[in-house]
Amino acid sequence: MAAVSARRRRPTVTLVVFLVVVILLLTIMALSRTWTPKLGLDLSGGTTITLTATNTSGAGTVDQASLEQARTIIQQRVDSLGVGEATVTTTGNNQIQVSAPNVQSDELVSLVGQTALLEFRRVYQVAQAVSYPDGQAIELPSVPASVEPRPTEPSTTLPTDDAGRQSLLTEQLAWTPAATDTTDFSEYQCSDSMPQVWDQPFFACLRSDVSGSQSSGSYKYLLGPRLIEGNLVTTASAGIPQNELSWVVTLSFDSLGGSLFSSATTTLAGATSPTNQFAIVLDGKVISAPSVSNPIPDGSAIIQGSFNQSSATNLANVLKYGSLPLAFEVSNVDTVSATLGGDQLTAGLIAGLIGLILVVIYSVVYYRGLGLVVFTSLVVAFGLTYTLIVLLGQSMSFALSLPGLAGVIVAVGVTADSFVIFFERVRDEAREGRSLRTAVETGWDKARRTIVVADAVSLLSAIILFILSIGAIKGFAFTLGLTTLVDLAMIFFFTKPLVSLLVKTKFFGTGQRGSGFEAEHLGIAATRRPRPRARALANAKEA
Amino acid sequence: MSDIMDTMESTPEATTPTKPARKPGFTHRLWTGEISYDFVGHARWWYIFSAVLILISIISLAVRGLDLGIEFRGGSDFTVSATNVSSASLDDFRQAVIGSGVPDLDGTTVAAVGSDRVAIETRALDVPEQVKVRDAIATQAGTQAEKVDYQQIGASWGQQVTRQATIALVVFLVLVSVGFSIYFRDWKKAVSAIVALLHDMIVTVGIYALVGFTVTPATLTGLLTILGYSLYDTVVVFDKVRENTADLDDLRETYSEAANRAVNQVLVRSINTTVLGVLPVAAILFAGAFILGSGPLEDIGLALFVGMIIGAYSSIFIATPLLVHLRMAEPGMKQQAARVAKRREKLAKMSATATATTSAGPAYAVEMVGDDVQAPAVRQQPSKVSRAKRNS
Repeated sequence: MAAVSARRRRPTVTLVVFLVVVILLLTIMALSRTWTPKLGLDLSGGTTITLTATNTSGAGTVDQASLEQARTIIQQRVDSLGVGEATVTTTGNNQIQVSAPNVQSDELVSLVGQTALLEFRRVYQVAQAVSYPDGQAIELPSVPASVEPRPTEPSTTLPTDDAGRQSLLTEQLAWTPAATDTTDFSEYQCSDSMPQVWDQPFFACLRSDVSGSQSSGSYKYLLGPRLIEGNLVTTASAGIPQNELSWVVTLSFDSLGGSLFSSATTTLAGATSPTNQFAIVLDGKVISAPSVSNPIPDGSAIIQGSFNQSSATNLANVLKYGSLPLAFEVSNVDTVSATLGGDQLTAGLIAGLIGLILVVIYSVVYYRGLGLVVFTSLVVAFGLTYTLIVLLGQSMSFALSLPGLAGVIVAVGVTADSFVIFFERVRDEAREGRSLRTAVETGWDKARRTIVVADAVSLLSAIILFILSIGAIKGFAFTLGLTTLVDLAMIFFFTKPLVSLLVKTKFFGTGQRGSGFEAEHLGIAATRRPRPRARALANAKEA
Repeated sequence: MSDIMDTMESTPEATTPTKPARKPGFTHRLWTGEISYDFVGHARWWYIFSAVLILISIISLAVRGLDLGIEFRGGSDFTVSATNVSSASLDDFRQAVIGSGVPDLDGTTVAAVGSDRVAIETRALDVPEQVKVRDAIATQAGTQAEKVDYQQIGASWGQQVTRQATIALVVFLVLVSVGFSIYFRDWKKAVSAIVALLHDMIVTVGIYALVGFTVTPATLTGLLTILGYSLYDTVVVFDKVRENTADLDDLRETYSEAANRAVNQVLVRSINTTVLGVLPVAAILFAGAFILGSGPLEDIGLALFVGMIIGAYSSIFIATPLLVHLRMAEPGMKQQAARVAKRREKLAKMSATATATTSAGPAYAVEMVGDDVQAPAVRQQPSKVSRAKRNS
């Protein structure tokens, strides 16, 4: 016993330090003035869209850099909708998840799911567009009544051989706007929709967030048929060339794209403004409309202008996106109305409350006084978990989902299990004839290992689930792992020291009725070790 | 709880009470070996029982298959709050959907969720179709379209979920096998634990097939979490086995008996951890099934509920006996068992002469032990002596 007490930790110190840490976390939470966890969309209402990328080049895996570019583009599309707080994240190795709270989702789904359309068209006219602030578009007929509706399907087929493409390009470069095109163009508003057909002219406005050489403003463009499609771009990058000061975007085409670009720039270089400009069009908006001063023969162009780092990088990303070998499929759309979200939250909270009450009742009935230790520990564990979830919601924007809530509730059982292992061990030791005080220490030494291994197994499954699971289920794995860690911290730094302290009191230490350590309850009285001995030992130690 | 158990047992006169105190609790008697169930000796029956369970599971799986949720099949799923949900109103919803002008909706299913919600499932719709159907449903329910919850799942989603779950399962099993072999320094314990684990999984899946519960990604999560739980129970039992079999050299008991004693000693602990683990899960299941009517709460709850109970069963009735059979096949263990038997013979002779001289009366009583009376009966006496010795 001497050996045991020599390396006894000091329970009071441990307990105080632990409580100080808990209070510190609570203070951080109080200082940030956030009292509730960030809720997932299944609890607060909203739309979650999961897109799965497949590699269209047939190379198999999805390149992470490409996926990240696609994410940026989709983020820009979602932002253009003007829905607040929408987040776009990549998950797994081939998925993009869009989460938007409380949004009418139809527009969002069609916008997010559509394939990016990047193309190069020749500019014929540039005009000041009458613009309206976002979201305040005035209802105007998309096509002026006097004019025939524009075709929505191409009237010719795209030649597959390079020679055919070259002659087609020559035809397209010779295209000039008809009278109807110019009248329509003068009526055109940025909010109008216009079918984007490759062999037809197209009207588009400048997207203000990625403005290249032009100053950010509301320009509209009358564009000719498509000269070169975006997937002929092999790579694009932003940078400052040696010995220069300003940012440029470098652009490379594959061999067909290069030869088409060479022919196109030759024609454009000899034209006058604005027909010496080509427009880079993405998703129906003009991203940039650089003018061409010289023919570019080698399939590699440099776009100069008043770029800064972010606008150059943006443009390069847009150009690269056109060349992404990715196709996206809408795998999962999940909309939860605010009502259902509220119901799910209530149900989850009720489940948690019922679970907690049942566990406490069982513990008190079975372990009497020790049940109160279970209760206190569970309350502290809950407080700690809650605080951590709130703090993680702020720092890592971790949102508590319904499966996440389930994970927390399941963990109540895991935490209680650790107590059972500990208490039963202490009882075993007491049955072996040890005094309660000693039993707590030796029982702990033996129970500790079992608890650590059991929790490690739990943690392992949580980690594997977290890494490999898809969607909201990740939340379950996360909270299960988090609460397992909380459980470990609790039993080591709270419950064990608490029991060590309690067993020094007369009530617990001498196994009074109702303490959960009473001799009859342990079955000691009827056998070899009568109660007085435990009491005598305890008294002797106090003396 | 111990009081209830007490009434189930006839009190043996095993101990000589020094006080008019209460009789020793069930827990205590389990611990001393006074009450003991021969888990190892009866293992054959439990093996057969489990084999039958597994057979039923496999047959149900083969014949009935699993009822896969929409997440695996692909499709669109709409949920709306409605008043007066009845079979007639459900059919109205169905007609409203079919009459929405979207083609090929004959396969649409409509179901009531609880008393005030309707779930409508159609083939996978594209965005314009989905808008039409949603409007039709909203009109039928007398509400706005944005009050209709919906979920749309592409066809490949289920394959991805299944693939990820399979990878998770394999990774977990490999890591746990390696981890357990290192922790217990005994691959036989790892094998026993994994066999019990597979048993739990097969039977849980079998129950899903048999009863026809719907399998969703949340169910798979529950299933993978069960793995952790099942092992949790097994760790507790095996830890005690390791402790009890640490000093087999003193020939008091064989490996088999020591392991069986371990199971009996942790029985209450296993019951308690299982009950405490199941209680919150039952609460989740309750809230999921009765408050919400469907969804991830119910799915996770159900999988865990079924799996945890089976996990507790297998750690006691399958994992430990299996471990014993694996260990008892070792020549060293056979020799040890032979030496224990020899030592007992000697002790029996001695005690026979002793009882002849002292007053009559049973020195010990054995409960619940069937045909295999001899082993635990003889074991008890020396183990008591030694424990007293150890404590002095």
